[in-house]
Amino acid sequence: MSVAPAKALRTFALNGEGVQCAFAPNKTLLEVLREDLGLTGTKHGCEMGHCGACCVLIDDRPVLACLVLAIEVNDRPIRTVEGLAKDGRLHPVQEAFAQCGAAQCGYCTPGFLMTAAAIVEQNNRLGEADIRAAIAGNLCRCTGYTKIIEAIALASDRMHEAQPGG
Amino acid sequence: MAERSERDLRTVSTATNPDGDARPLSKSMATHSILRSAPARPAGKPEGFSVVGAALPRVDAYAKVTGEERFADDIFLPQMLFGKMLRSVVPHARLKRVDCTRALALPGVVAVATGADLPVRYGILPSSPDETVMAIDRVRYVGDPIATVVADDELTAEEALSLIDVEYEPLPAVMSIEEALREDLPQIHDNARRTNNVQKEVHLVFGEVDAGFAEADRIFEDEFFFDGNTHAPIEQHAVVAHFGADGKLTFWCSTQTPHYLHRIAAQVLELPGSHVRVIAPPIGGGFGGKTEPFAHELAAGYLARKTGRPVKICLTREEVFYAHRGRHPVKFKVKTGVKSDGTITACHLQSWLDGGAYASYGVATTYYTGALTTVTYKIPAYKFDGCRVYTNKPPCGPKRGHGTTQPRYALECQLDKIADALGLDAVEYRKRIAVDPYTTTVNGLRITSCGLRECLDAAASATGYTVKKGKLPRGRGIGVAASSYLCGAGLPIYWNPMPQSGAIVKVDRGGGVTVFCGTSDVGQGSNHMLAAIVAETLGVDVMDVRVCAGDTDLTPVDLGSYSSRVTFMAGNAAREAAVNVRQRIVAAAAQKLGILPERCALAARRVYDIDHPDDQLTFIEAAQAAEAAFGTIVGVGSYAPPKLAADYKGSGVGPSPAYSYSACVAEVDIDLETGEVTVEKLTVAHDVGRAINPAAVEGQIEGSAYMGLGEALMEEWPFRAGEHKIPNLLDYKTPTSLETPPIHAIIIETDDKEGPFGAKESGQGPLNPVIPAIANAVADALNARVYSTPITAEKILKAMDAAAGGVLRLRKPAPVAVAPV
Ligand code: FES
Ligand code: FES
Repeated sequence: MSVAPAKALRTFALNGEGVQCAFAPNKTLLEVLREDLGLTGTKHGCEMGHCGACCVLIDDRPVLACLVLAIEVNDRPIRTVEGLAKDGRLHPVQEAFAQCGAAQCGYCTPGFLMTAAAIVEQNNRLGEADIRAAIAGNLCRCTGYTKIIEAIALASDRMHEAQPGG
Repeated sequence: MAERSERDLRTVSTATNPDGDARPLSKSMATHSILRSAPARPAGKPEGFSVVGAALPRVDAYAKVTGEERFADDIFLPQMLFGKMLRSVVPHARLKRVDCTRALALPGVVAVATGADLPVRYGILPSSPDETVMAIDRVRYVGDPIATVVADDELTAEEALSLIDVEYEPLPAVMSIEEALREDLPQIHDNARRTNNVQKEVHLVFGEVDAGFAEADRIFEDEFFFDGNTHAPIEQHAVVAHFGADGKLTFWCSTQTPHYLHRIAAQVLELPGSHVRVIAPPIGGGFGGKTEPFAHELAAGYLARKTGRPVKICLTREEVFYAHRGRHPVKFKVKTGVKSDGTITACHLQSWLDGGAYASYGVATTYYTGALTTVTYKIPAYKFDGCRVYTNKPPCGPKRGHGTTQPRYALECQLDKIADALGLDAVEYRKRIAVDPYTTTVNGLRITSCGLRECLDAAASATGYTVKKGKLPRGRGIGVAASSYLCGAGLPIYWNPMPQSGAIVKVDRGGGVTVFCGTSDVGQGSNHMLAAIVAETLGVDVMDVRVCAGDTDLTPVDLGSYSSRVTFMAGNAAREAAVNVRQRIVAAAAQKLGILPERCALAARRVYDIDHPDDQLTFIEAAQAAEAAFGTIVGVGSYAPPKLAADYKGSGVGPSPAYSYSACVAEVDIDLETGEVTVEKLTVAHDVGRAINPAAVEGQIEGSAYMGLGEALMEEWPFRAGEHKIPNLLDYKTPTSLETPPIHAIIIETDDKEGPFGAKESGQGPLNPVIPAIANAVADALNARVYSTPITAEKILKAMDAAAGGVLRLRKPAPVAVAPV
């Protein structure tokens, strides 16, 4: 028994797969991901849209999952940190974060990785100023952002030098 | 961009060990030349390193970038209940009645607890136990816990809070240091020996202070105020507690100090210590904010026992602001006597700390505002008076730099004034009066390795300090400051003669090595540090080492991630444990190779003859030979600091087996119209003794510089009508990527004789010089000084106005015309 309303059934396009899930309709996407789908990679640091830790991609755009009601997402594709690696290969931003030491406690990391994945995928080589502007909505208390910026620049370089003409 | 070794577990490098062991090596090892890096060396003191000094990805880096890392709030157990705490909405009141009847009747609510259920008083320091888990008859700040509800889900628990009936009898609130010193306001904690709200006073005198001042050519007296601020780790505190059928209670808790939670949970919940287990999963940042047992943790333990079901409590962000235990607001008076060449003859420091509602680490903090004054510059005579008061605000405690950050700000600002007044170059002056290595301070602190002069030189030359200082256009400025910090408090917080850290190293027949140690990795990289020290000692790859940390049942005690003690203390314990294992492996391998043990070297997963490197065994062969010869291969080690405390009351705070040193140069640009400060660059040089992992050390320096920037310019601790004004991450300003400037981290190595492989600390020390360096840069830019933190635009405009004799008069902004839509 609880005060929670009756569950609704929805299908999500989550990390490239269709998944069905029943959840209380007052839940945010953050809560449904973590509590109902068991995807705890997405973190939370405020549940008020202030910290960026809950960032996921919807339609390949960074979105704060704590501010989105899960029932509103419908069929739009959702990507979370669990879906970044493909076929046993890490996404370039994941590789670069590990190599540069961009994750200290690692708690803000999934949020940064999703913002980073969106910007490196959708832009040509990024400069420091572009990166600083793009991640300004993600707070990190450990790194001083230095190695995060370094890692995103490295990932961007690698992605775009790998592509002919990129 | 710094060059990084490339190692990716998923796309493994093809470099394999030539001995046929098919496991990949971390790149730094794969490329290293055995002959070059493993010269003849005594077993205890290798000179060439394979793992130590390599900027490798941390052992846990891949778990962190894949979302696999499981933090406390990521743990979900079957049948788990969710808890919420009801907190006081008034700053100070007698609690007349707490009635949970209606809450308990709500469907989905399983149990409720109040202060009366857990009456045992506790406190992190045994000398000041002034807390109970929940309020019993008095609430002392807005946010003080009153009751805890557990329910089938969080929403129900939260709903139930509104059904708890509380009757308060309000008392006048004490909201400032000045009010706390008054005698006509109620005491927050009854104390018959006093008539005000002073919790602790300290008065210490070392050397001939009066004579020192008499001898001075100039005496400088200043007052400063350092505002409070909070850690704000991105992970909100979380705990899961489970009481098993065996009568044992287990906590998974975001704590920097599993051992202290273990001790205090046993006391407060009245369980034998053997029936309490604390596991610290990876922690999402701490900075001192998770360094003592919290009410929600103990309440979760109690309710898990009461209900027989696992209980999770995760604080909301607002509650994290109330849990606090952050930087104390401190008022200072600093009086320093100097000769005309700047040589310090005497110093008198007075501090008043606004402690908030409970003691926390406050007694230690009070001492720390005075204890390390003498560890940076030579001070032959020193007087310190400290005073901590209770106020009706969230309790303050240790934050990165614990109690030493605030006085360092005051002292370094005054030192710049002294340099200016005497016409001295601020860097050369600091170098001249810097403490010397292997000396003892006037208050009896033993200094060993010290790279302070090297830090000052490095930071100054990287920035062109000397050519820029005083010569930049108005509005632009450059500032310098230096400091020192502990590598672990010399004494544990509860007196005992046992080691401060223990470690076990075990070797598996497959060549895997496990290190067990009670440390808690809060993001500083202690897991990698342990793995690197063990890997270096045994000549294996860092990824061959599994770290089992922070589990009071499985790991030997380490006192915790505070006072920057882990690399020095746990590192030494792990080193000793690994050396024990190494000795057996070497003995067995030497016999097999038919050589003397002294000729055995270990590197790249091989044990070989240093004179004939081709005569070798694989690490696995050598380990199996050792197991055959000596039985199960397990080594133990522990670390207890040498006896360092001098012979006076209070001498326990300040001693450390070593001190780290740092210097910072800050460059700022101030908009003279708006007063807005832009920090353009921070350069921090830090004497870390030896960088076990330079990438991780740089990360600590960068993070410290960032955090210092926030404290210098924007983080504040304001209250209105007894309430915290800004308990959220939008209004409580922390620097984003846009306010954080490029940070240049410079590592200085002094190879400390007692540190593991020469290492000292890097997690806290580099923060201390940043705040005064920014303050000094602002003073350089304006030719006027702000005497308090944070240095806001408003204060800058006022300081400019005051410097101009009040003629500027702050202009009122013209009303903004709003066009009709
Ligand atoms: S949890 Fe969503 S922004 Fe902080
Ligand atoms: S790595 Fe800890 S908050 Fe960013």
